Amino acid sequence: MRLLAENLSVRRGDDLLFSNLSFELAAGEALVVTGRNGSGKSTLLRTVAGLISPETGRVRLTGAGIESGRRAGEASHYLGHRNAMKQELTVRENLAFWQTWLGDFPGGRGLDIEEAAEAIGLSGITHLPFGYLSAGQQRRFAMAKLLVAHRPIWILDEPTAALDFAADRLFAGLVTRHLEAGGLVLAATHQPLGLAETRQLEMKGFRYEGDYAA
Amino acid sequence: MMSLFLRDMKLSVRAGGGALIGVLFFTTVVAVVPFGVGPDLNLLSRIGPAIVWIGALLASLLGLDRLFQAERDDGSLDLMLMQETPLVLTVLVKCLAHWTATGLPLVLASPLLGLFMNMNEVAIGAVMLTLLVGSPAITFIGAAGAAVAVTLPRGGLLVSILILPLTVPVLIFGVSASYAAVEDPAPFLPPFAFLAAITLFFAVIGPLGAAFALRGNSD
Repeated sequence: MRLLAENLSVRRGDDLLFSNLSFELAAGEALVVTGRNGSGKSTLLRTVAGLISPETGRVRLTGAGIESGRRAGEASHYLGHRNAMKQELTVRENLAFWQTWLGDFPGGRGLDIEEAAEAIGLSGITHLPFGYLSAGQQRRFAMAKLLVAHRPIWILDEPTAALDFAADRLFAGLVTRHLEAGGLVLAATHQPLGLAETRQLEMKGFRYEGDYAA
Repeated sequence: MMSLFLRDMKLSVRAGGGALIGVLFFTTVVAVVPFGVGPDLNLLSRIGPAIVWIGALLASLLGLDRLFQAERDDGSLDLMLMQETPLVLTVLVKCLAHWTATGLPLVLASPLLGLFMNMNEVAIGAVMLTLLVGSPAITFIGAAGAAVAVTLPRGGLLVSILILPLTVPVLIFGVSASYAAVEDPAPFLPPFAFLAAITLFFAVIGPLGAAFALRGNSD
């Protein structure tokens, strides 16, 4: 499976945030997007996920067993700044909902909820309401969401914010395992993710013309 | 799809879900009318169907603004937009769950409030039936309004103002069908058929409009 971004340009208001950005990701590869605040990292990720329509260019998915016209978003998990979990429901109810509602993308199977909780090192507290947990625990369960339903592409926006050092390493392990299984990872981050081999994309950001030019 | 329905049902009955707020509001509004109007039983029974319908309409507007905003606030909406499942279908299921949690209790509470208004059995039955058929339309119309206002931080009032004009036909046909059941010369079936038609019409248009607005708002 390959993820292709061709000549992407995205406009926010009157300004082009980035233009003619292209990259290609094959199975087992990770692309880490870095850059200062406001340089368009999140926007790029949301564009690939299909949540923002680009001004020019497109995002394509190719590979065996993938019918043309499938949107990249359908093959992707998106872990944004918000966890997409309901405070009022228990962790188990949250995960069970996403597991059945998302379903598995062809070519893989998601983990059982208890297995996923074990993989993020928080088994045994899935009966608690999600709102009851600490910010770090909530973030870790949001990551467990990536495991319960299979998606070949993981789009991760600042995945390790609010995580302690141990959880950081644990998450690097999860991502590595996903890559080894033939997955693709597109991550925006400030901290190094601790991955062995990654490709880098640095967003330079929009430069103002005229007097304000940096 | 069933999982989404069940999740939304669970959320609406848990703390802060607001399933009961609508019924409480409905009860309060209708219960104070006899005190305001006075003990004229004939007058009460005459205005009864209209008051119950107005109360139900206002009560069902209450929780509508949170229909998509809650999903947006915690990021769930992003995931729903990305899926292969058509967004229209997702919106439709959310509407049905919302109606079952907030609209159906109004229908079930209406006979009690009919007694407050000194309505006879036929009138109570007619109001209950017309509410059952008509109130889903309010949810479907409201879904479109809620989707338009999803990015606004305090869009609650705006949603009500946006959709109130569109719900007026529902109110008119609902009330006229209820009166037709009690007052002899007026036929019951034509306004009732219109009410059913409005609901079916908005069951298609509402989710479509809402899905369109949500896509446009996702940027």
